[in-house]
Amino acid sequence: MSIRGKAYVAGIFEHPGRELPDKTTAQIHAESAAGALADAGLSFSDVDGYFCAGDAPGFGPLSMADYMGLSCSYVDSTEMGGSTYVAHVGHAASAIGMGKCKVALITLGGKPRTGGQGPGGAGRIGTAPESNFEGQWGIPGAVGGYALAASRHMYEFGTTSEQLAEIKVAASIHAQYNPNAFLRKVVSVEEVLDSPMVSSPLRRMDCCVVTDGGGALVVVAPEVAAQLPGTKVKVLGHGEAPKHTSNGRIDLTHSGAVWSGPRAFSEAGVGHADIDYASIYDSFTITVLMTLEDLGFCEKGKGGEFVSDGALVSPGGKLPFNTDGGGLCNNHPTNRGGITKVIEAVRQLRGEAHPQVQVPDCQIALAHGTGGSLGTRMGSATLILGQEDS
Amino acid sequence: MSTTAETGPLPAPEPDPNTEDAPFWAGTAEGRLMLPRCTRCATVIWYPRQFCSECSGQDVEWFEASGRGTIYARTVVHRAQGPWRPAAPYVIAYVELEEGPRVLTNIIEVDPDTVQVGQEVRAVFVAAGPHKIVRFTPEAGA
Ligand SMILES: [Zn+2]
Repeated sequence: MSIRGKAYVAGIFEHPGRELPDKTTAQIHAESAAGALADAGLSFSDVDGYFCAGDAPGFGPLSMADYMGLSCSYVDSTEMGGSTYVAHVGHAASAIGMGKCKVALITLGGKPRTGGQGPGGAGRIGTAPESNFEGQWGIPGAVGGYALAASRHMYEFGTTSEQLAEIKVAASIHAQYNPNAFLRKVVSVEEVLDSPMVSSPLRRMDCCVVTDGGGALVVVAPEVAAQLPGTKVKVLGHGEAPKHTSNGRIDLTHSGAVWSGPRAFSEAGVGHADIDYASIYDSFTITVLMTLEDLGFCEKGKGGEFVSDGALVSPGGKLPFNTDGGGLCNNHPTNRGGITKVIEAVRQLRGEAHPQVQVPDCQIALAHGTGGSLGTRMGSATLILGQEDS
Repeated sequence: MSTTAETGPLPAPEPDPNTEDAPFWAGTAEGRLMLPRCTRCATVIWYPRQFCSECSGQDVEWFEASGRGTIYARTVVHRAQGPWRPAAPYVIAYVELEEGPRVLTNIIEVDPDTVQVGQEVRAVFVAAGPHKIVRFTPEAGA
């Protein structure tokens, strides 16, 4: 059994807003859904599968199905933080492959920037079984755990702040072409190193933006795809894995991508050399560096060397990444960047990325999501997509 | 607890002991670091709970750990949030206990910028409401 070729991404939408004080969270989900369905050439009444996560308000899929008037034969509210929406595409393809639904809608939306609140689920953290042993130390949001991982990576492998900065620089080069990007200014390694220290070794410019926003995806069965006019993208493979503290023996030098990546490559039947473009979750620069190692684009510990000298810059770099500017510069809607990772990979495969950053003849793309914390427990999800006829 | 001159005291949020971890908090109240060990496979369990994720055993026994460990990873927090803001800079670390587990904690009574991975530390018991939480400080000369 495999999901290869069982489903197609037919519609995408990234909400253009980055500050949305006058929208409700449900409204951002619905506007994103409308955009993705229009992009696919479908309507709300065609949707029979619905996927959302902890950012969805109220009772999640029940509240949102109610709001949007959906009639669904399949719902999934898997919660793995920012990686969720990458996993959702795999789940949607599985459900479609098993005949549970034909038109799957995936939505994300929220307003951490102007709404004063993080994504849903935050209210449950206090009831986590580990909270008595993690809540006393003043961990400053997400950055603290990722900073610990960066600390260990530097200790074991000699990774430098300059190497981490190269990742932000590449993202900023791409973001200058995205009119909706939150940060459009190209920055240098020196500017990254001069930005204020937040939680050592991570500085402000090692961190993603905090934006309101949303996004949606429409994943359809092959027979639905065949009836639609636009360019579809084929789902080739997916893998996911939680990684946790391993009974207190946590290894901070790798992410769950060491497991999700091989599963996705195996299902897709492609190798690293086949990947023309990669959307790599970039909550922090260290997230990208470790993920590239864990997915096997370079040896463990060599991520710093790999990202140097413009390797991630499109076009021309050896692995063009995050051509929308990524979470580091463009958008990290509701503190969850998984959906924008899939959206930009689809744009690349359709040839609809900005001409300055479009990878010529992009045939196979990878999108990777990282949710939770590299410092404790996290979700990793890897998706491999191809052109319609791949 | 001493702090550097420019910064406020490090907050010490109260834990909320439950039936699984109560012996841990009873220990810290007496200045002892008590850890659970699986009665079936002898694995030392962290975070404290009555479940062994190595062998799925559900019986534990408690023993007193040495309180000594080595820093596995550390970060100096410069931009803190809420009540932690005045305490910055402060150090968050994973300390690898002699008994095996890597535990999240603060490193205190030290210049934050001098704290290094590999440094040897020992447990310090800090009042947190009616309970005591476990932070660490460098061993003398370490
Ligand atoms: Zn056991």
